Amino acid sequence: MAFVQNVPFFSIMLSMFSGIVSSVLPGKYARRLNYAMLLCITAMSGWLLFYLVSSDMGSYIFMMGHFPAPFGNEIRAGILEVLMAMFFCIIMALSLFGGRKKLGNEVEHTKHNIYYILCDLLLSSLLALIYTNDLFTAYVFVEINTIAACGLIMIRQNGRTIEAAVRYMIMSLLGSGLLLLGICMIYDMTGHLLMSNIKEQILIIMETGTYRIPMLITIGLITVGLAIKSALFPFHNWLPDAYGYSTVSSAAILSSLVSKGYIFLLLKIFYRVIGFEIIADSHVLHIFYVFGLCGMVFGSLSAIWENDIRRMISFSSVAQIGYIYMGFGIGIEAGVVASIFHIIAHAATKSLLFISAIGLTDVSGGSRHFQDLNGSAFRNKIAGIGFSVGCLSMVGVPLFSGFVSKILFAEAAFIVSAKKMFPVLIVLGISTILNAIYFLKTLIRIYTPADKTLVRERGYLSLCIPEQKLYSLTIILFICVNIFLGLNSEPMLRLILTGLRNFA
Amino acid sequence: MSKPLSKEEYDKRLFNRVNGWISGEKDPFLDNMPSDHKKEAITEEELKHLYDEEKLEVVEHVQDIDHNKVYKNFFRLYRILAVICCVTLIALLLFTVSHLPPMGESTNPAHNEVVDKYVRDGLSDTGAVNIVSGMILDYRAFDTFGESNVLFIAACTVLILMRNDKKKEKNIASAIAEEEKRYEPKSDSILQKVTFFLFPIIVIFGIYVILNGHISPGGGFSGGAIIGAAFILYSNAYGFEKTEQFFTEKTYKWVSFSALTFYCLAKSYSFYTGAHHLESGIPLGVPGAILSSGLILPLNICVGMVVACTMYGFYALFKKGGL
Repeated sequence: MAFVQNVPFFSIMLSMFSGIVSSVLPGKYARRLNYAMLLCITAMSGWLLFYLVSSDMGSYIFMMGHFPAPFGNEIRAGILEVLMAMFFCIIMALSLFGGRKKLGNEVEHTKHNIYYILCDLLLSSLLALIYTNDLFTAYVFVEINTIAACGLIMIRQNGRTIEAAVRYMIMSLLGSGLLLLGICMIYDMTGHLLMSNIKEQILIIMETGTYRIPMLITIGLITVGLAIKSALFPFHNWLPDAYGYSTVSSAAILSSLVSKGYIFLLLKIFYRVIGFEIIADSHVLHIFYVFGLCGMVFGSLSAIWENDIRRMISFSSVAQIGYIYMGFGIGIEAGVVASIFHIIAHAATKSLLFISAIGLTDVSGGSRHFQDLNGSAFRNKIAGIGFSVGCLSMVGVPLFSGFVSKILFAEAAFIVSAKKMFPVLIVLGISTILNAIYFLKTLIRIYTPADKTLVRERGYLSLCIPEQKLYSLTIILFICVNIFLGLNSEPMLRLILTGLRNFA
Repeated sequence: MSKPLSKEEYDKRLFNRVNGWISGEKDPFLDNMPSDHKKEAITEEELKHLYDEEKLEVVEHVQDIDHNKVYKNFFRLYRILAVICCVTLIALLLFTVSHLPPMGESTNPAHNEVVDKYVRDGLSDTGAVNIVSGMILDYRAFDTFGESNVLFIAACTVLILMRNDKKKEKNIASAIAEEEKRYEPKSDSILQKVTFFLFPIIVIFGIYVILNGHISPGGGFSGGAIIGAAFILYSNAYGFEKTEQFFTEKTYKWVSFSALTFYCLAKSYSFYTGAHHLESGIPLGVPGAILSSGLILPLNICVGMVVACTMYGFYALFKKGGL
């Protein structure tokens, strides 16, 4: 075994260990440790990705302990997993950079080190969800993920965030409960917790026809549980408050990473536990398809009605999650590839939008209402540019990442039967128009010069780039990631496709 | 030589127009932007008036729960839907359970080679007489490490929610100390006497459960809970001031830090050697002896410390907002 193959194990342990060490460090050092850890894991994952691509080995299994898999624990790494891990680290680091100043203002200084503990453990749980090959390990880390996300929401302590955190906790625990019930039933029927063993047993079950009904209900429980946790359309009511009022790094991390981690776990369960053919035969995918389409429209409609920029961006997340589930619901490989690309594209774009929106509200007296945002892009130019790029990417303008995923969804729809093709194309069109309405509305507003006397009267600040170096650098890096994804989609897609083929 | 431009011409240059547009002074296509902000820039008075009206509206129509029809109907519908959802879910789950393999049958899918191996080889593989300890701390130690991190992160989250950091500011410290006395238990001599005898016994029992975790039923989680309960009893009888003589936030921090660090490093070593098929070099000892079964005993102690501290920490945080 080459030394580089230790990377998944090292990254999980390193992130956990830095979380533990942060508990005795003051906030400043906890922050530095967190940045160092993120950088280190990104670099290591990049190394492993390079190794996997160049050695053409597909995927491999890493034993966690002295006992082979059905008896002990194991993790499994392939191209797709490593790509996701690297990408999650990059987005988390950028989100934390961008919200660093805001964190100082909004969170008590004595609690800063706890914030970084939460981030470290959240990352470790995401990595474990990505790499694990065992359903029970997945559940344990889902728990860590849920608690950490609650903490991230309520660390900015005011009434709205605590209410949002309680709501999030209730919905999220409902999701975890359903997932746990599903895992228990799977164990009861197959006698295994390891994904590959379960898959063998499930093939036998489906062939012989025993336990077919409980199997169907189990699939339902697991998918509904994870759909609640990742805010699929009818279960999205916790989302706008949770993303809209928490401190900005938390909002960016929650929207771009936490919900995506659950979606990735669901994908893993589909491919590696139950088998995509069985899932495609059951009608679960049709439900995803319908709810995804509904989410695309209703999420955007709610965003149009919103008068608060942060909540508007949050509602747009509902629509984008709808896209991802719709891609699964198409039921073919091309649709899943499009969804995975959209997971990445949306993560990069949504965190950019959250981070740049905070720059705009900061120069508007902290108000998030649209009537106060007039001309804010002139007062904080770099935030304005970042927001424009985010908007254009979300609407799907070529050159940016959002365009690629939209065209991939449309291409996937052409391969599948006409019954599924037309709704996809029509709703994609409607959703794009709705996206354009609320994003371009905001863009026009922030680029409409404000009345100068009013600006002076209210004492709005004007921030230029040298005054906010780290923030500007973050926005520029985000824009680079976005354009990179938009222009270099072909190699990314090839990576995703090979990763997905090794995945099952 | 280009001739100097007049100011007017200079302003009309493309660069200047773009620059003006970027900095929000001018629209390059129209002359000056019509500054028609009156519709939106509501004056303070109007805003206050609007706000008052809205507040009145809220107080009169929305908050008046007894006569608010929408609210009433919503709650009626909410209750009905909740009952329907619960009943459906219960029926569905009961229906599913009736199709699952019956409990305790020897032909069940859950009786497979995994269980066989645990029962047959558990003692020789892990050195633990208590197979459950062997399973959670050796075979599936990664899950248990995650589980102890769940406790750790839960404690952190409660710290965020409950810890009152304003206490440390000097000017209000005395006022808060006065306030805090109200949370102190009344000195109850019966409780104190009973605690005086019971506290050491409970702690020793907890230590016994932890140390014998690999030999008899028990282990870190249960023993830690017992010790945590003893601390809670002590602080109830003698008050937080007495407890703080041996258990402060610093103790909590360092105990859980060192326990989890040891757990993390020890298990990392064991995972690493395991994955590379190296000998770990940790002796398993004689099964049944107190010093046996390799890493299980120290890991049980670590888990026990984390659990005990977390139990007492939750209690203290909820009771007085600090450790």
